[in-house]
Amino acid sequence: MNEIVFFVNKVVVAGLVTGSVYAMGAVGVTLVFAILRFAHFAHGDLMTLGAFIAFVLTAAFPHAGAAVGLPTAFVMLPAAMALTALLAIWIDGRFYRPLRERGAKPVVLVMASVGVTLMIQGLLRLFAGTGTRSLFIDERKDIFRLELPFELARRKIVITEPQVLVILFAIAAALGLHWFLTRTRTGKAMRAMSDNPDLARLSGIDTRHVVRTTWIIAGGLAAAAGTLLSLDVALKPDMSFNILLPIFAAAIVGGVGQPYGAIAGGFLVGFAEVLSVFNWAILLRPLRPYLEGIVDLPARLAFVPTEYKLTVPFVILVAVLVWRPTGIFRGKVI
Amino acid sequence: MSFLEVRDLHAGYGGTDILKGVSLSLEEGEIGVIAGPNGAGKSTTLKAVFGLLHVRAGSIVLDGGDITNRRPQDLVRAGMSFVPQEKNVFPSLTVLENLEMGAFVRDDDCAPMIERIFEFFPPLREKAHQPAGELSGGQRQMVAMGRALMTEPRLLLLDEPTAGLSPKYMSEIFEHVTAINRSGVTVLMVEQNARQALAIAHRGFILASGRNRHTGSGAELLADPEVARSFLGG
Repeated sequence: MNEIVFFVNKVVVAGLVTGSVYAMGAVGVTLVFAILRFAHFAHGDLMTLGAFIAFVLTAAFPHAGAAVGLPTAFVMLPAAMALTALLAIWIDGRFYRPLRERGAKPVVLVMASVGVTLMIQGLLRLFAGTGTRSLFIDERKDIFRLELPFELARRKIVITEPQVLVILFAIAAALGLHWFLTRTRTGKAMRAMSDNPDLARLSGIDTRHVVRTTWIIAGGLAAAAGTLLSLDVALKPDMSFNILLPIFAAAIVGGVGQPYGAIAGGFLVGFAEVLSVFNWAILLRPLRPYLEGIVDLPARLAFVPTEYKLTVPFVILVAVLVWRPTGIFRGKVI
Repeated sequence: MSFLEVRDLHAGYGGTDILKGVSLSLEEGEIGVIAGPNGAGKSTTLKAVFGLLHVRAGSIVLDGGDITNRRPQDLVRAGMSFVPQEKNVFPSLTVLENLEMGAFVRDDDCAPMIERIFEFFPPLREKAHQPAGELSGGQRQMVAMGRALMTEPRLLLLDEPTAGLSPKYMSEIFEHVTAINRSGVTVLMVEQNARQALAIAHRGFILASGRNRHTGSGAELLADPEVARSFLGG
């Protein structure tokens, strides 16, 4: 029983948290690809940028959270999302739109986004240094320990406040996105432009408005994912390098251009990661008396050492590209 | 001056001109058919009229206003609609959503117009919530025409509406075009099945190598032995 609780803590909770963060990042990547037809490599840095904006706002108003009983950085999230969305639109206008209007090939835009990545990272390091920061400046992280109503379960389910917030936020964001894409005029126009950009243009759809909306959603979700991840772990200026690969893997696994696929892909990659680094020896421990003399149970039995976690999305990415390049939801082929 | 007046159009993709002086004129309420062999510039003419490619020389006038090289978005607002030959629906959007997208430039309630489209194309009503990509070719063509009619255009441009359809659907599409026209919409269409198309046309324009070859009423062109020999297959 205790082993199962351990499994819930290490896999179910961690998988949901990681999956939520990846899903929110992957939706942005997939939407930008659906509308603008290029892989936006600076997406991870929009996440870092959003988290830093949340950090600065938290430092500026350190007691805002206490009033409502939530972490201050979470209270600052809407403002951070709005600012990141505006910056995303600004970046598009300065760097990507001029290339688009000149009819540049997608690979040129990809390279431009690599340039934006380096620029954002450089600026963040210039102003904020390279150190790790906590988004809990004047507060403590609440940790919930849930007692289980079973005799045998002496261990408790442990979940922190940021973990609860990231899961709930991701669910709300997914529902909101579904409502937006299927019920609103702009949302439908977005799907139309993803389906057939030429027909969208000659139907009179305002493509600039659709592009702007795409950046608002992608930038907003990136800021939310970055901030919530930093609340859970810590804020590092090089966060994007570690997160870019999993969110691209998630977007591709789900089928590029398919927002629901990106959500599914995010959770798939998230769970694959935590299952790979999970120490299975602990789950097998109750079986030890029976295994006596057959095999020796090692103390650590994981598919991948924790330091090599990043190889998991990479393997998934390669496998999908080899066996099903369109992804689960039949997206576009890059 | 005619409702649509195209004068001496020179246009093409990239450097070379495909159209080397195409002219045509259409009165309000007429059906015009552009026919001719492959590579004559039929579709190119239609695309040039709708602002989809750059017109190097010549002019296009709609109802007295110059529309040469105007953006398609503006032309939709000016009362024009275009149905491309291929990829003319949004495949993952439902039939209903396809029609709604046709009305994107309208700010009023589009429900009455959708009702009219369903009356016009009854098979679409029961497929309203099905993705357009799952429909048959003929029904997809109906969705495409329905989408284009959502703005209540005065001029409808159709690029080979019967391409790839079975003969049964073909005559159905021609019947629909006639009915659309009778409801007051001027139609300019490119058609590979020239004989059938000219039969419903008020005016026919036969192009060859990017120039006008024969112009006349549909009946005149069908009766012209030279047109029949060179362009209608005997």
